[in-house]
Amino acid sequence: MSSDSTKKTIQVALGICLVCSILVSSAAVSLSSRQAENKQVDKIKNILAAGGIDYTNQDPQQLYNDKIKAVTVELESGKIIDDPKEKSDLLVPKNFDIKKVSNVPELSESIPSSEDIAGIKRKPSYMTVYEVVDQSGNIQKYIFPVHGKGLWSTMYGFISLDNKLKTVEGITFYEHGETPGLGGEVDNPNWKASWKGKKAFNEEGEFIIEVLKGKVDPSNPNANHQIDGLSGSTLTTRGLDNLMKYWLGENGYGPFIDKVREEGSHEEI
Amino acid sequence: MKKYKDILLDPIFNNNPIALQILGICSALAVTSKLETSIVMSLAVTFVVALSNFSVSLIRNHIPSSIRILVEMTIIASLVIIADQIIKAFLFDISKQLSVYVGLIITNCIIMGRAEAFALQNTPGRSFLDGIGNGLGYSFVLLFVGFFRELFGSGKLLGFTIFPLNTEGGWYNPNGLFLLAPSAFIIIGLLIWAIRTWKPDQVEEA
Repeated sequence: MSSDSTKKTIQVALGICLVCSILVSSAAVSLSSRQAENKQVDKIKNILAAGGIDYTNQDPQQLYNDKIKAVTVELESGKIIDDPKEKSDLLVPKNFDIKKVSNVPELSESIPSSEDIAGIKRKPSYMTVYEVVDQSGNIQKYIFPVHGKGLWSTMYGFISLDNKLKTVEGITFYEHGETPGLGGEVDNPNWKASWKGKKAFNEEGEFIIEVLKGKVDPSNPNANHQIDGLSGSTLTTRGLDNLMKYWLGENGYGPFIDKVREEGSHEEI
Repeated sequence: MKKYKDILLDPIFNNNPIALQILGICSALAVTSKLETSIVMSLAVTFVVALSNFSVSLIRNHIPSSIRILVEMTIIASLVIIADQIIKAFLFDISKQLSVYVGLIITNCIIMGRAEAFALQNTPGRSFLDGIGNGLGYSFVLLFVGFFRELFGSGKLLGFTIFPLNTEGGWYNPNGLFLLAPSAFIIIGLLIWAIRTWKPDQVEEA
């Protein structure tokens, strides 16, 4: 039978498809648990890094279990949801994935374009907030997931604040596609370290951190809430400024932050 | 008939897929800002081109000419997905940096080019060697470019500091151009110039 007959053509096509699909699916299935684990560990490492917890030579998962408590927060009311599983499995902190939740209509909302300074179009109505706790269970720091548009990509990261919700403890980005060496310098350890200790809120409780275009002038009275821009990447810098303003403002974690402060002040009385 | 040794080694300098045939430029620009990603990308491409050559050659007498390209693409795409899955499972940090470029190996002209130009006419063993050879040729250019881009762009090699940066208290002021894709064009251009000066028979007639 010649290779070019119709029958042979169909046979070869079917045979190739069958063999290839078996190979591809067995690779995907046999490796998927390992890949999921990698993703999970990567996220945990980033949470620890944002919280300023050193995980070198230690098991990140163990450290995370010991020191981090994750809670699900309803953004609009700022309330902590005690039993997120009741609403949806996706809201359980272990499974929480911003991208997935943003695509579920019941668990997310679209952002009016006038408010959408972070350029994300939709946001989850609930977010996972991570609390760094000491051995007796007192909260030392809060870690908030943040995301927003840079130049090329949506940047996903964490910002951590002290337990009074006044100063920045650290930031990190775990996923972005900005230009390496320019906008990609959001990963630069020195730049990230420059956030530590900055005043995040003024007396009225408004978020005041600015990511400048250019360097911070240390003699400026506002220097304690200003961050150096990334040189050569105006748009990534602007994106950073906007996404922090959005997420720590009234449309982001604002209500939750207000609530924590209120409760904190009661305790002090 | 070409000798096995020539099949394997010719594509490195005498018939380099990037430097002489100017194929596969896209990924050579995209993933070479660091040496580490260049190495992983080179391994992935070598893996795909060798096995795709081998598989295409294995069934070369049964492939109907009307769906020849489709059959080749299916084989190549499957191999690329497998390579991508393996990288994601075992080299997670690097897979994040390579992002879409592993998937884009499917469109790398070198692989399709070797299947069409070599594997369809040669035995599986020879085709496999040809694939390895072309993978090596591709790797040579990628590593060359990655070496200079990482060294001059960020003062490091494989993440180890070679030139201490002035932002971290050293003396080296990194050249940001080397981190951007156009620098790879310049480096590849200089490499082609060097190779053609060494081997003048590669110079095209004006």
